Amino acid sequence: MKVGVVTFPGSNCDYDCHRAVQDGVEGAEAVYLWHKEHDLQGVDAVLLPGGFSYGDYLRCGAIAAHSPIMREVKAFADAGGPVAGICNGFQILCEAGLLPGALIRNRTLKFISRPAFLCVEQAEAPFTSAYAVGDVLTIPVAHGEGCYSADDATLDELEATGRVVFRYCDADGNVTAEANRNGSARGIAGIRNAAGNVLGLMPHPERAMDALLGSADGAGFFRSLAGHLAPT
Amino acid sequence: MTEFQIEVRVTPRRGILDPQGKAVGGALASLGFAGVSEARVGRLVTFHLRAASDEEARGQADAMCRQLLANPVTEDFDVRVQALAGSAP
Repeated sequence: MKVGVVTFPGSNCDYDCHRAVQDGVEGAEAVYLWHKEHDLQGVDAVLLPGGFSYGDYLRCGAIAAHSPIMREVKAFADAGGPVAGICNGFQILCEAGLLPGALIRNRTLKFISRPAFLCVEQAEAPFTSAYAVGDVLTIPVAHGEGCYSADDATLDELEATGRVVFRYCDADGNVTAEANRNGSARGIAGIRNAAGNVLGLMPHPERAMDALLGSADGAGFFRSLAGHLAPT
Repeated sequence: MTEFQIEVRVTPRRGILDPQGKAVGGALASLGFAGVSEARVGRLVTFHLRAASDEEARGQADAMCRQLLANPVTEDFDVRVQALAGSAP
């Protein structure tokens, strides 16, 4: 399996994503894709990493969403290719129209950098099949604009069609207002598109790859992808 | 072609959480400006645009807002167009 990690100017989790794929999944190869290129190098999946692409100018992810490589990423996603956006990558996917809604300033106006509990609501390929529905994961968040926002009709549709993949919860898996520190609509931490091949989430699974660093709960994200792409 | 001055005002849509506006409103109140309410913080984008007419300039600026300058999910925009003095029609 070959996974492309896109580097935008200001991406700062590209190395972590690259390493999570390369070291976390046996036999996997990760390649960097430069934002100005148009060639996806034949990858089997694309990761849009976290960071502050284009300095978060205008709106988070707004300018990256129109960078050259995104034309190919959109075509790849439209053809069913697995695409995940983590943190700034999630913001980019929303700005690019690959996922509905938007990520706006945290309710508290504070940048939140801490481990968060996430409840898994969908355990399916390509990104969450290694988990079980109801699992409570500990995965760090680090964002100033992570408050998921969409109109009620969109939120209702996301819920009715099983497209909410992760929600912020407490240690016991209860989705509470206190656990939802950034103020996201309905506690949403991650969603997928209708076809299921595009996922966006604010928490950083690539930063939860080793118990020594606090949690290895993110490894399942990369194992899921590996399982999905493994030749059968 | 005429050179136009374009001003785009982008504001958080009504009903969308605007913590920045809330914080600014709170700070104004604590300074003693008791009459302040509904404070909202947006952004102003200005640029020059060469176009054949006022309508064309406005149409282009609207398209820019929809595609990039504003996020239609969370923001409203308002475009102001003014022909620059000394610009030949």
